Amino acid sequence: MADPITLSLNGEPRALPGPLRLAELIAQLGLDTRKVAVERNRAIVPRSAYDTTRLADGDALEIVHFIGGG
Amino acid sequence: MDLDFSETEIDRYSRHILLGEVGGVGQARLRAARVLVVGAGGLGSPLIMYLAAAGVGTIGIVDDDRLELSNLQRQIAHATDRLGMGKAASAAIAASALNPLVDVRTHPMRLDAANALDLIGSYDIVCDGSDNFATRFLVADACVLARRTLVSAAVLRFEGQLATFKPHAGPHCPCYRCLHPAPPPPGLVPACNEAGVLGAVTGVMGTLQATEVLKEIIGIGQGLAGRLLVWDALSARMRTIGLPRDPACSACGPAASLRDLSAHG
Repeated sequence: MADPITLSLNGEPRALPGPLRLAELIAQLGLDTRKVAVERNRAIVPRSAYDTTRLADGDALEIVHFIGGG
Repeated sequence: MDLDFSETEIDRYSRHILLGEVGGVGQARLRAARVLVVGAGGLGSPLIMYLAAAGVGTIGIVDDDRLELSNLQRQIAHATDRLGMGKAASAAIAASALNPLVDVRTHPMRLDAANALDLIGSYDIVCDGSDNFATRFLVADACVLARRTLVSAAVLRFEGQLATFKPHAGPHCPCYRCLHPAPPPPGLVPACNEAGVLGAVTGVMGTLQATEVLKEIIGIGQGLAGRLLVWDALSARMRTIGLPRDPACSACGPAASLRDLSAHG
């Protein structure tokens, strides 16, 4: 029986069934990774690590938007 | 390095020289530095002005646009009586008026795969304040190939981001593609002329960008290599987060495929 995990997502607590990888969370949230990066516990997660990053109870996630204006 | 200063220079830069972290050596480093600014727009305006005021000896300005009325809500290096003038030339007028001791070079052209490496290679540090992703990725790749430090800022609406990319400096220093592997497909991420931008936000970010360039040149403090500064003006929240290398990066990773700029057409 999987334990639920509680994440902070953009500062809001969110309870989700665990275990959960970052790639799965991104899919659940419907995020388009071509226009956002994801920050976990105050560091950007490289795109190539989404599949291997296991989210843990208490992780703080923030969405960082891809912007290019000058 | 030449540490001789004229009386005029000592007077002009006295508030820098007073700083223990800058001093005469730091000021001489600024005078010897060559900085290329890509884009004389909202970010480039304060950036160019602060680099000129600080006495950065050679400042290159790349921009092939002409000044339009809608630029003046934020692009404060320009002036209403210069509408229609090339933006590189207009910014150079303002920079030279502020500090005639610096050599301001205008490059009124669009960077492309054929000219980017030569131009970037003739400067020490590159600043990206451009307004489109094609230029941003071209500049980023050219800086990786030419081993030039890139201080890159971006804005949209009420948000700004800033980071320093210098993968040549060590294994913990990412490049732009470690953050964003590829440009977003056209239409997916709006530009300032579609989504808007608060003018003062570009001023803050361009000034932070100038600060990081000066730190890189003088060699003081903790730079933004390996970190990303994110500022949300609406919440008045600024934070700096870690930005590691992506081991799968196509530009700076161990299996990088970037060899030249041919992919940029």
